[in-house]
Amino acid sequence: MTTSTLSRLYDSDIAWNFRHSWMARISTVTLLLLFAAALFAPLLATQNPYDISQLFLLDSELPPSWVEGGDPRYLLGTDQQARDLYSSILYGLRLSLIVGFASVVLAAGLGISLGLIGGFVGGMVDGAIMRVADILLSFPAILVALLVNGVARGILPPDQHADAAIWVMILAIGLTNWVQYARTVRGSTMVERRKEYVQAARINGVSGMGIMMHHILPNVLGPVLVIATINLGMAVLTEATLSFLGVGMPATQPSLGTLIRIGNEYLFSGVWWVVIFPSVVLVILVLAVNLLGDWLRDALNPKLR
Amino acid sequence: MLRYLMMTATAATMLTTAASAESLRYATSRDVYGLDPHASSDSFTNIFTHHIYEPLVRYDADMKIEPALATSWEVLEPTRVRFKLREGVTFQGGEAFGADDVQVSLMRAVDPKSPLRGNLPGLTAVEIVDDLTVDLILDGATPLLNNYLTNIQIMDKGWLEAHNSVAPIDASQGEEGYTTNNANGTGPFALESRRPDALNVLVVNEGWWDTPQHNLTRIEHTPIGSDATRVAALLSGEIDLIEPAPLQDAGRIEGTDGVHMLQNPGLRSIMMGINMGESLVDGNVEGNPLKDVRVRQAMYHAINMDLIRDRIMRGKSRVTGSLIAPAVKGFSEEMDERLPYDPEMAKSLLAEAGYPDGFAFNLNCPNDRYVNDGDICQAMAAMLAQSGFEPRLVTEPRQIHFKKVDNHEVDVFMLGWATLPMLDGFSVLSAMLATKDGEYGTFTPNGYSNPKVDELTRAVAVEIDEEKRLALMEEALMLAKADVAWLPLHQQPLSWAARDTVEIPQAPDDLVRLWYATVTN
Repeated sequence: MTTSTLSRLYDSDIAWNFRHSWMARISTVTLLLLFAAALFAPLLATQNPYDISQLFLLDSELPPSWVEGGDPRYLLGTDQQARDLYSSILYGLRLSLIVGFASVVLAAGLGISLGLIGGFVGGMVDGAIMRVADILLSFPAILVALLVNGVARGILPPDQHADAAIWVMILAIGLTNWVQYARTVRGSTMVERRKEYVQAARINGVSGMGIMMHHILPNVLGPVLVIATINLGMAVLTEATLSFLGVGMPATQPSLGTLIRIGNEYLFSGVWWVVIFPSVVLVILVLAVNLLGDWLRDALNPKLR
Repeated sequence: MLRYLMMTATAATMLTTAASAESLRYATSRDVYGLDPHASSDSFTNIFTHHIYEPLVRYDADMKIEPALATSWEVLEPTRVRFKLREGVTFQGGEAFGADDVQVSLMRAVDPKSPLRGNLPGLTAVEIVDDLTVDLILDGATPLLNNYLTNIQIMDKGWLEAHNSVAPIDASQGEEGYTTNNANGTGPFALESRRPDALNVLVVNEGWWDTPQHNLTRIEHTPIGSDATRVAALLSGEIDLIEPAPLQDAGRIEGTDGVHMLQNPGLRSIMMGINMGESLVDGNVEGNPLKDVRVRQAMYHAINMDLIRDRIMRGKSRVTGSLIAPAVKGFSEEMDERLPYDPEMAKSLLAEAGYPDGFAFNLNCPNDRYVNDGDICQAMAAMLAQSGFEPRLVTEPRQIHFKKVDNHEVDVFMLGWATLPMLDGFSVLSAMLATKDGEYGTFTPNGYSNPKVDELTRAVAVEIDEEKRLALMEEALMLAKADVAWLPLHQQPLSWAARDTVEIPQAPDDLVRLWYATVTN
């Protein structure tokens, strides 16, 4: 990137808006910290919670290190299998974010393609795509995700469930969330395709595919960015919900939701730290994503300036 | 359909109004596999149907056998036992109880298609002598016949025929019939309604032949899968009795006014089975290292059961070297000694057997069957990994786990055995140690065969002299112990919790017999 593009970026509306919104800055910094923690989890963690040979039962259910009875080796305490909670949260965060991002990419890819095709081609194709979207919208998202999850598990042989869990989750959440993208993109496409530049491209003999990809798509991506950001938070929450219900990530590879589920079983016995810390991290993550998404929506909306 | 809906609606309204003093709200971790008493050998299902149906003889509150639908019995020949049946008993539907009902029920239970056939081995025919007398024809002397019969409940012949249900069904294969959701027995309670996985309602049978020791009028049974939710339901007063109560919540329950824990040593021994077949299901080496007794010993030395007892079982399990609990016939102190926990020894035995770098295998466990089963296996996997093994942990719901065990699709797997309904070590010999042959060896690990054990098992089966029988049994069990045919872990504790208004004896077999329960206000 040359200096001129950088300075152009710096002077852009959105960058100005960013510099003047403390909410946007705080949530961005928080998110960057969390992303870095997830990315460098193997370096930051004191233990690999997936490696069972590193778990010593003698150290199970230790409270956080600052509480009486805590152990300095285990900053946030351990669970009933002596998994270090701090390390588990780092690795769990990683899984939650991988599932979140991958399902957003899947949902966005699917939604944008179907929306473009529906909006551009129109007629029967459009009708078919939008009716499917309407049907999906009439169910709560978590139900659709549970359904996809259940069907995928029904198809797969049971002994592959643990290995395939992450793919199944991505598929389930991705297939649930594409509708918003499709509807948004379709709407914008229908507006754009009547405009002069599209007519001009048509006269020049550019193919339908070419018009969709090179002319319309760049002009409908703004709102998609906003949806994608907010959707990331939703996807992480859906993953946590599925794992909490016991149909997501297995206990041997805990995501944040799985950790909360495990901790929940031990709440009555006074082991509060197993449920509290992963929950706090989940709340911070989703809150930061949503605040950033909110800000982005306002910043991209010219009517609000 | 509309009628059904209206019935459930009525049931739901009654649910809210009928919580009188003598109704008992009871929650377990799962639902029964249906109400057909012959459709499953699952002990929880069988004890639940025992509230509605009754066997010829039953266990009393002290686990002694007493007459139930039969009043007396007599061994005419070793292969012919005559039972006198109780007079004046009627089924809840009004039909009279008689010899033909016994004949149909017993033959239904031992049908080649019945999952209960192994629970009554040796029965070949039932002959009707008169309306209240039957002869059981056996294929050999059967010292434990009455123990077996405690688990075979009697259904009405006319009712079965009217609903086309004389042929047995197998709930574990997903088979269902009229008898799955309807019931008509002679027992202390009658079925009012059943919604699978949601609510079973039983009401008292006013016409029961026996004098009730309970004071219940109504039982509402709700399966609640989540441990925490089940405990919360008890603490909030929604439920009167829960089974099981999670060990980790014992402190919380004891510390709450109005509820208490019921904890006792149990009969169920938890152990690990070992695949000794030609190859591993999921291994990374040629052949099967587990066939080598040194490898099995190494595994034994690698597991620290005392630590699992203290941490996971909250000090409540009884660590054991035996496959049967002390209260079961055939047990001895010598049998109970474990190979000591010694990871160094484990490593050197493993090296001696030719696997200094270990080898991979599957470690299969259920996660909803035994007390803290999934946690025990996770901890055990860590311990094995620290001694040089490479276990691949697989924890699954019990339906999947036991299907795999049946099909020998497991390398090292968890199994619990309470010797029910016999309460006798012969149950372990015949079902888990004898080489697979007919009704013998249903659960014997793949590839295990010790001719001496087989010989002793068959001798125990027909030995009438109790002292000799116990000696033979002990010898066979010690041989299997030396082979490390199974890897014993512990006897799991009984752990229930109840409101202080509920009085119920806790039998060592962990079965809830609500016909001994009383509720006070």
